[in-house]
Amino acid sequence: MKSRGLLFLLIALVALGVNLVAAQDVVELRITWYSDGNEGEVLRGLLDEFEAANPDIKVVVDEVDYANGIQQLLPVQVEAGEGPDMARITNFDIYKGKYLDLRPLVADAAYWEESFPASTLAALRSADDTDQIYGFQNQVTVTGPFINRTLFEQAGIEVPTGDVTWEEWTEVSKQVAEATGTPYAIAMDRSGHRFAGPAFSQGATYFNEDGSITMDTPGFRKMAEILLGWHTSGITPADVWIGAGGTYNPAAPYFINGQLVMYMSGSWQISNFATNIGDAFDWEAVPNPTGPGGSTGMPGGTFFVAFGDTEHPAEVARVMDYLASVDVLKAFTEKTLFLPAHLGLGELNYQTDNALAAAALNMFVAEVPKLSEQAYKLQYGGLAFAINDPVRDRLTQVLTGELTLDEAMVQLQQDVDDKLATR
Amino acid sequence: MISFLEYNMIKLNTFFSADFLAAPLRMVYDALVSVMDFIMHPLQNLVGVRGMAYIFVLPNLLIFGIFILFPMLLNFYYAFTGGSRLFPQDRPFVGLDNLNRLFTCQDFLSPNTCREDLFWRAATNTVTFVFLQVALLVLVSLVTALILNRNIQARGFFRSVFFYPVLLSPVVVALIWKWILQQDGVLNAIIVSLGGEKLPFLISADWARFWVIVISVWAQMGFYTLILLAGLQSIPGELYEAASMDGAGAVQAFRAITIPLLMPTMLVVLVLSLIRAVQAFDQVFAFTGGGPGTATTYMVQYIFTVGFASPAREFGLAAAASLVMAAVLLLLTAGQLRLGRTSNLA
Repeated sequence: MKSRGLLFLLIALVALGVNLVAAQDVVELRITWYSDGNEGEVLRGLLDEFEAANPDIKVVVDEVDYANGIQQLLPVQVEAGEGPDMARITNFDIYKGKYLDLRPLVADAAYWEESFPASTLAALRSADDTDQIYGFQNQVTVTGPFINRTLFEQAGIEVPTGDVTWEEWTEVSKQVAEATGTPYAIAMDRSGHRFAGPAFSQGATYFNEDGSITMDTPGFRKMAEILLGWHTSGITPADVWIGAGGTYNPAAPYFINGQLVMYMSGSWQISNFATNIGDAFDWEAVPNPTGPGGSTGMPGGTFFVAFGDTEHPAEVARVMDYLASVDVLKAFTEKTLFLPAHLGLGELNYQTDNALAAAALNMFVAEVPKLSEQAYKLQYGGLAFAINDPVRDRLTQVLTGELTLDEAMVQLQQDVDDKLATR
Repeated sequence: MISFLEYNMIKLNTFFSADFLAAPLRMVYDALVSVMDFIMHPLQNLVGVRGMAYIFVLPNLLIFGIFILFPMLLNFYYAFTGGSRLFPQDRPFVGLDNLNRLFTCQDFLSPNTCREDLFWRAATNTVTFVFLQVALLVLVSLVTALILNRNIQARGFFRSVFFYPVLLSPVVVALIWKWILQQDGVLNAIIVSLGGEKLPFLISADWARFWVIVISVWAQMGFYTLILLAGLQSIPGELYEAASMDGAGAVQAFRAITIPLLMPTMLVVLVLSLIRAVQAFDQVFAFTGGGPGTATTYMVQYIFTVGFASPAREFGLAAAASLVMAAVLLLLTAGQLRLGRTSNLA
């Protein structure tokens, strides 16, 4: 009996050893990811194909929420050397110095330089970097408004076309809401990024020619007063800006549920709307309203980057090469209904039979050439979050009555100056 | 003379000699004792019997040192450094800059005139919250304990009901109440169905402050009620009988017997609830996020936001704010200890 027991023990130990050796041969990589729509599922599908072709690599995707997981936790994890191997990020400035240089690791660095705009590759580099490749922009976004066209039709009111100002859109949305009994006329995501485009359209300029930053301009005040007017007249859901505390808060649920006539957000909502609105009502993207500063939204988008603390740089580079390849990025873009940053994807065949989504995509593509220089400076100058978050929070204090607009402008300038001083 | 360890071994051996223990358990026990003896005997020879006491508290001291004392010292150092880098060696020394920034104010009673106005708003909010929440919490817990101390029907059931919220996670409490109170929440739905208008429970500063206090009292009162109930039950019934025979009414007995004899327990409740109120964060953060505006932003949230949630990650400023908060807590604790001594002497 004793010898049989020993035999079983021996077999078990050998089996365990074999499993351990097999497990050691597979390198596990982790990606921190967030999703607005279906992009997490699409990424997983593409990675499954990668894993099938590369059995020595397993890629785990950790899906987190944007506000906490990406904005708050990821920077601390990366700073502490406990970050993932790769991540989808928006605030690329705070990770400078922490990225993995892929240039010596990828199969063909020239492909990366030819495929992605130089400005997007440069956006990830530190001041003393030269030609390092740290990742790629996997989604271009443009901010802009959506309308519920069905409500306009029910109200018998024409959708305005041509050069329409924010004041005019506010008025017409209000009329539609009143005519149709819709709870809210107009709303904007609680975000300084979303506010910036309209502010620039009103003539705001954050960046001076000498490189300094001035927040208090007539254009900024004008847009702030319009936002304040929406709240005092009750035509916007107060929950979005006032009831959200200190984080980003989208107004998308109100639009999706048909409770909102006009919604200022951006192109990343297209997949969300195609999935969640379905044929409940007709919606469409409309051009950014115009003003003294022209008609501009904000560029944006997400970057897919690798971090220098990874223990498997070679395997990370293989995953990055795969996800940045033409076929994979084309499939990713077509399935997620994103706008691509890749310059060589050719004609895209967006995988949607939703004509509204296709039309909205075209609408946002047409907005790109209209984006102002101030908008590009804000987004890619490495100051986006240092400016946008204080804008969001100080404007909220104006909306709640804690600060007057005059007081808020003083505090806002101080906030921005303080944040610039810590960089 | 036998050692502390040998004394305990003898006691355990006596216990294990009982017949009800099976042989395998005995074998395990013997093996464990052998291992312990192998380690402890030479150790005791080395440090002596008195020294063994320090050996036994060493694991706890190590945990305290690593997870409490070291972070406290690190926090102190960070308060005098700047920049947004995480590791101490990467952070430049800035002296008193962070404290200066916190205390640069034209008028301390008007946060808008302060350089770091959000710090002073958080401080003002925290003081108001602590004062109102603690007062209400102690009052409600006392009344509930007095009622539950009476011979009412289903007393056990009610004790469980009041204690149940204490078992819930603060985040769960916050989410449940948020679901009830948000603009399109359950309570507003009921109000509208009754013909009323929606109330701005979470988007009006006053309403939000009110609900934050109510919810924290609701969530915590069970714990303090239990402590006060234990205090009430330790008061001898004979005192009330004697008072009754002397013609004292219920109010007189309450003032002359209950309150004085319950005072030490009340002090414990006061100290615990005060410390917890100053540390308020998780529940409020999940419930209102500190809003609307900064109406329910308290000191711990301010520290968290400045250090971790803001893109600038000003760890130095956050550490300086936590030093200020620690100083205030030290003063409060000293005051409470003094109060405790005074009441004991009386």
